Amino acid sequence: MKNHNPLFKFKTMKLTKKLNKVFSKNKGPKKELTVERKISRRNFISFGSFLVLGGAAYGGWRWLYTSPNEVPGITGDAHKPLRAVLNANEKVVRQLYSNKNLVKTYPKEMAAKVVRHNSDIGSDGLIDVDNWKLSVKKQNGELLNIGIDEIKKLPKTEIIYDFKCVEGWDQISHWGGVKFSDFIAHFKLDAEARFEYVGMETPDREYYVGVDMPSAMHPQTLLAYEVNEKPLPPKHGAPLRLIIPVKYGIKNLKRIGIITFSNSRPRDYWAEQGYDYYAGL
Amino acid sequence: MKVIKEKHTLLMRWTHWVNFPILTIMIWSGLLIYWANDTYTFTLFGVTFIRFFPQGFYDALHIPRRLAEGMAFHFLFMWFFALNGFLYVSYTIISGQWRELVPNRYSFKEAWLVILHDLHIRKMAPPQNKYNAAQRIAYTAIIVMGFGSLITGLAIYKPVQLNYLVWLCGGYHLARIWHFVLTIGYVLFFLVHVVQVVLAGWNNFRSVISGFEVIDEKPQPAIQIQNDETNEKAE
Repeated sequence: MKNHNPLFKFKTMKLTKKLNKVFSKNKGPKKELTVERKISRRNFISFGSFLVLGGAAYGGWRWLYTSPNEVPGITGDAHKPLRAVLNANEKVVRQLYSNKNLVKTYPKEMAAKVVRHNSDIGSDGLIDVDNWKLSVKKQNGELLNIGIDEIKKLPKTEIIYDFKCVEGWDQISHWGGVKFSDFIAHFKLDAEARFEYVGMETPDREYYVGVDMPSAMHPQTLLAYEVNEKPLPPKHGAPLRLIIPVKYGIKNLKRIGIITFSNSRPRDYWAEQGYDYYAGL
Repeated sequence: MKVIKEKHTLLMRWTHWVNFPILTIMIWSGLLIYWANDTYTFTLFGVTFIRFFPQGFYDALHIPRRLAEGMAFHFLFMWFFALNGFLYVSYTIISGQWRELVPNRYSFKEAWLVILHDLHIRKMAPPQNKYNAAQRIAYTAIIVMGFGSLITGLAIYKPVQLNYLVWLCGGYHLARIWHFVLTIGYVLFFLVHVVQVVLAGWNNFRSVISGFEVIDEKPQPAIQIQNDETNEKAE
C-alpha cells in the first residue's frame, strides 16, 4: 500500500493539502478518508491532470501545425518555429563537424555504370563547353574567368563514394576533378576562403546553392569534370559541377557558372523551399 | 474490502503518455519523408505481399509532396523522443524498477504459458508481480527498439560525422531499412498493446493514469485473532 515514489507522494500531499484547505472551511475536525473517498479523490486528480495536460499538448500541437510560414528570404516555405529549430540543429551538428571525418570510399568496381540524375534545373539542354567560363568574384571586385582546360591542368582527385539524395536514395558513384581546396590555393583565393560561405550558381542563375566554408574546404569536396572517368555529360552538369560528399545531393550544383564568397548565407534554391539550409551529412 | 494497491510511478505514467503523441508525430513525419523514395516491399520467394505504401494510403493521410515539412517536424520531435526515452530509462535503472521490467531466466518459458492463457488454451496464468513474463519481454523489447531507432536515426541523420554509427548499422542503406522496420514494429506493438489493454479492463488501464489499482482483499489475520478470542470465550 505504500507509495515508493517520493515525487508522487510529494505532489499528492501538496494537492491534498490544498484541497483540504478549500473544503475544510466549514467543517469540524478532519476525519481519516475512507478508501472509497481516497479512490475517487485520486481518480479526480489524476484524470483531471491527464485531461488538462492532454488538452494543453493538443493545443500546443495545433499551434505548431498552424503556425505561419517564415518570411521568404534566404530561407523560406517552412513553419517559422520549425525553421528556428532547423537553424538551431545546425549549430549543434556543426559541433560534430570535422574535416578529419571522411566519407567512406569504395573500390572502382562498385561504382554505378548508370549514374542517377534527378533534376535539370539550371542545367538542361546542351552547353558550348569551349565558350564556357567559370566566373569567380573576388573580394577586391576583380572577376576571374577560368576555362575548363585551365582547371583540368590542376592536380586531379578522384572519389568513389555513396552519393546521398535528400529524397532518401543513395548510389555509389565515381567522380573526378580538382579539390575545391586545391582550386582555392592555385588561384590564390586564400582571402576569399576566410569568408564563411561560398555561393555557386548555374550560368543562367536558375539553380543556386550556398555552402558553409568548412564543408567546401573538406578534403573530399571536388569541382568535378569527370564521371566514371569520362567528361561529364550535359545531364550531369558539363563541363564542371560540385561534388560535395558531406552534403545532400541538393547542394551538388551542376554546371557551375559563378562562384561568390560572403559572410552571410548566399541564396539557396532548396532552402527557399522549406529545406534545411545546412543540409550536412 | 477495497484496498488501494500502488502500481505505476508518476514518472512511468508521464513518460508513457508523453511518448504516445511524440511517437505518433515521428511516425507521421517519417511517412512524409519516406514517401519521397518509397522503395520498400515485403517480398518472400519472389512474391511481393505488401508494397510500402499503396497510393490510397498516402492520399488518405495527405502524405505526398511534403518531404521538407516532414524533415522539419522529424528533426524537432526527435529531441523530445530521445529526451523522454532517456528520462524513462535512467529512472528505471536508478530506481531499481528494472527488476520488475527486464526478463529473468523464467520469463521466456513463462511467457509461453501467458500466451496460452491469453488465447484461452490454458486455464492458469503463471504468478506475476507488476508485469507478467510476456509483458516483461514485450516492454523491454520496445525500449531496446526505441534505442535502435535513435541509433539508426542518428546514423541516417549525419552519416559522415557519425560514420561509426553507420558502420554499426551495417551501412547507410541498411540503417534506413532498420529504421523503417522498427517503425513497422511499433505499429504492430501498438495494435497488440491496445487489444491487450482493452481485454485487461478498466482497473489496469486506470493504473497507468492514476498509478494505483483497487483490489478486493480477503480479511486479514487481525480478524482471525478475533475469531480465536470468540472461540476462547465460547469455551
